[in-house]
Amino acid sequence: MTTQLAQSIARRSSLRRANTRRSIIGWGFVAPFAIVFLALLVAPLLFALYLSLFQTQLIGGTKFVLFGNYLKAFTDSNFLDGVWFVLRFSVVLIPLQMAVSLGVALVLDMVTTRFARFARLMIFLPYAIPAVIGALMWGFLYSKSFGPMAELFGMFGLAGPDLLSRDLIFFGLLNIVTWQWAGYYMIILYAALQGIDPTLYEAARIDGANQWQMMVRIKIPLVAPALVLILVFALIGTLQFFNEPQILRYLAAGSISADFTPNMYAYQQAFALANYNYGSAISFALGAVVFIFVYLFMFITRKRGSFLS
Amino acid sequence: MTAPALRTPRRSRLKPRYILLQILLGFLLVYFLIPFWWIIVNGSKDAAGLFGGGSALWFADTINYVSNLGELFTYQDGIYVRWLANSAMYAIVGGLGATVLAVAAGYGFAKYKFAGRRLSFAILLGSVMVPTTALVIPTFILFSQFGLTNTIWAVILPTLLNPFGVYLMHVYARDAVPDELLDAGRVDGAGELRIFFQVAIPMLRPAIVTVLLLSVVSSWNNYFLPLAMLSDNRLYPVTVGIGQWQGLASANNSGGASLWSIIILGSLVSVIPLVIAFLGLQRYWQGGLTIGSLK
Repeated sequence: MTTQLAQSIARRSSLRRANTRRSIIGWGFVAPFAIVFLALLVAPLLFALYLSLFQTQLIGGTKFVLFGNYLKAFTDSNFLDGVWFVLRFSVVLIPLQMAVSLGVALVLDMVTTRFARFARLMIFLPYAIPAVIGALMWGFLYSKSFGPMAELFGMFGLAGPDLLSRDLIFFGLLNIVTWQWAGYYMIILYAALQGIDPTLYEAARIDGANQWQMMVRIKIPLVAPALVLILVFALIGTLQFFNEPQILRYLAAGSISADFTPNMYAYQQAFALANYNYGSAISFALGAVVFIFVYLFMFITRKRGSFLS
Repeated sequence: MTAPALRTPRRSRLKPRYILLQILLGFLLVYFLIPFWWIIVNGSKDAAGLFGGGSALWFADTINYVSNLGELFTYQDGIYVRWLANSAMYAIVGGLGATVLAVAAGYGFAKYKFAGRRLSFAILLGSVMVPTTALVIPTFILFSQFGLTNTIWAVILPTLLNPFGVYLMHVYARDAVPDELLDAGRVDGAGELRIFFQVAIPMLRPAIVTVLLLSVVSSWNNYFLPLAMLSDNRLYPVTVGIGQWQGLASANNSGGASLWSIIILGSLVSVIPLVIAFLGLQRYWQGGLTIGSLK
C-alpha cells in the first residue's frame, strides 16, 4: 500500500517535473519572438501613448495635456477629412475588390485550360510589385505627358479622363489598389475553392443542381471564412492608406494634399513639422480605431470565420 | 453506351460558355498586364521618344535599353545599384530573421502547453490587427532615443516582427505535425531541439517557404518604414530611391526629361527579381497561401 503510494507520488512528481521542463522549453521556442514583440510592438505603442499625452510649444516647452492631443485631433478638420476619405474609400473599394477576386476565382475554378492557369499566375503578379512601383506605373498610364489615355479614348473621338485630377483621383487610386491586391485575394479564394470536397458537387449534380446553384449554394458559403479573412486584410490595409497617394502626390500635383489620409497627416506632422507629440497621437488613434473596427468585425462574424475561434 | 451519349450534348452545351469565360479572362489579362507592357515599352525610350508624341503603348523608332541601362547604373555615381543591393539585403536579412522567429514561435505555440500560452496567443492574434504603419512613427521616435535611426538596423529590426507569420506557422504546425510522432521521438530519447530540427522542420517546409516568401516580399516592397527611418540616401532601398527621383523629376520639369527615362527603366529593373522569384517558386507558395484561410 505504502510502496504503491510512494510510487504513485514519485511518478506524479516526475510527471510534474516533465511538465515544468516542457513548459520551459515551450517558452524557449516562443521567447525570441516574444522579445521582438515586446521591443518593437509593445514598447513603441506604449511610448507613443506616453508622448501623445504631451504638447510641445516653441514657447513654454513640453507640458502634460492628458488627452489634449486627441481632443485636438477629433476637432482637427485636416485629420477628420483624411478619416472621412479612407472610410469612403473602404466602403467602395472592399466590395469591389471582393467581387472581382471572387468572380475571377470562381471562373478559374471552373475553367481548367492551360490559358486559365497562365491567367491565374499573371493576375496574381501585381502582388509581387512594390506599391510604390505599382502607383508609379499607373501614374504614368494616367499621365497626360506619357500615358495612352488620350490616344485610346481619341480612337472613339473622346477626351481621355484625367484620373490624376482632383475630381477623379478617388477612382485613380481605387483602380491602383484593386489592380495590386485583387490577384492575391483571388489566389486565397481560389485555393479555398480547390479545397472543397468534390463529392459535394457530385451529390449536388445528382440532386439536379446546375452550375449557378452549385456556385451560390455550395462554393460561396464554403469559402466564407476566406472572404472574412480578405475583408479583414483589406480593411486593415485601407484604413492605413499611405504609399500610393504619397507617391502620386508629385505626378498628381494639387490633387493630393499632404494630409490626404490620416497616415499621411501623421507623417507630415512628425517629419515635416517635427511635431512628434501630435504625430504620435494620430498614429495611436489610428491604430486604436483600426484595431477596434477589425476586432468588432471579427466578433460579429466569429461564428462563420475561423480566424479568432 | 447511353452514358456517353447523354454526356456529349451537355459537354457541347458547356463549351461555348467556357469560351466566353476565357474571352473574359483574356480581357482581364490585358488589364492586369497593361502597366507591365507600358513600362517594358517605355523603358526602351529616350527623352525624345517619351515626350515626342509617339504611341505610348508601342516602341519608338530607336530602342535605347542599353544606353538607358548605362545611364541608370551610372547616374549619381551608380547609386541605383547600391539601392538594389540594400533592398536585397533588407529583404533577405529581415525576411530570414522574421521567418526563423515565426517558425520557432509558431511551433512552440502549437506543440507545447506552457503557463500563459493561451493569453499570449490571444495577444498575438490581436496584434495581427494593429496596422503596421501605425507603428512606424512611434518606432522612429523610440529608435531616435538609441541613435538607431538612419542605420540599417532601423529598417531590419522592425521587419523581424511578423505576428501573422507566427499565426500561419501555428496553424500549419498544429495540423501537419502529429503529437504522436513527437512523442515517439521522445521515447526514443531524442532531445526537444533535435525533434524540432529533424522531425518538425521537414514537415513544416511548405509553410516555411510561404512565410519566408511573404516576409521577403513585404520587406522588399516596404516604403513607409525606410522613408521615415533613413535620411542618408546611400542606405535607401530601391522603393524609396525611385520615389525620391520621381519627386525630383516631377518638381523639375526642364531637367527632369532625361531623368524620367531612368526612373521608368529603374522601376522595370526593380520588379524583375521579385517577378522571377514568384514565377520560380509558385509550386511552393500556391499551396502555402491558403493556410490562413482554411480552417
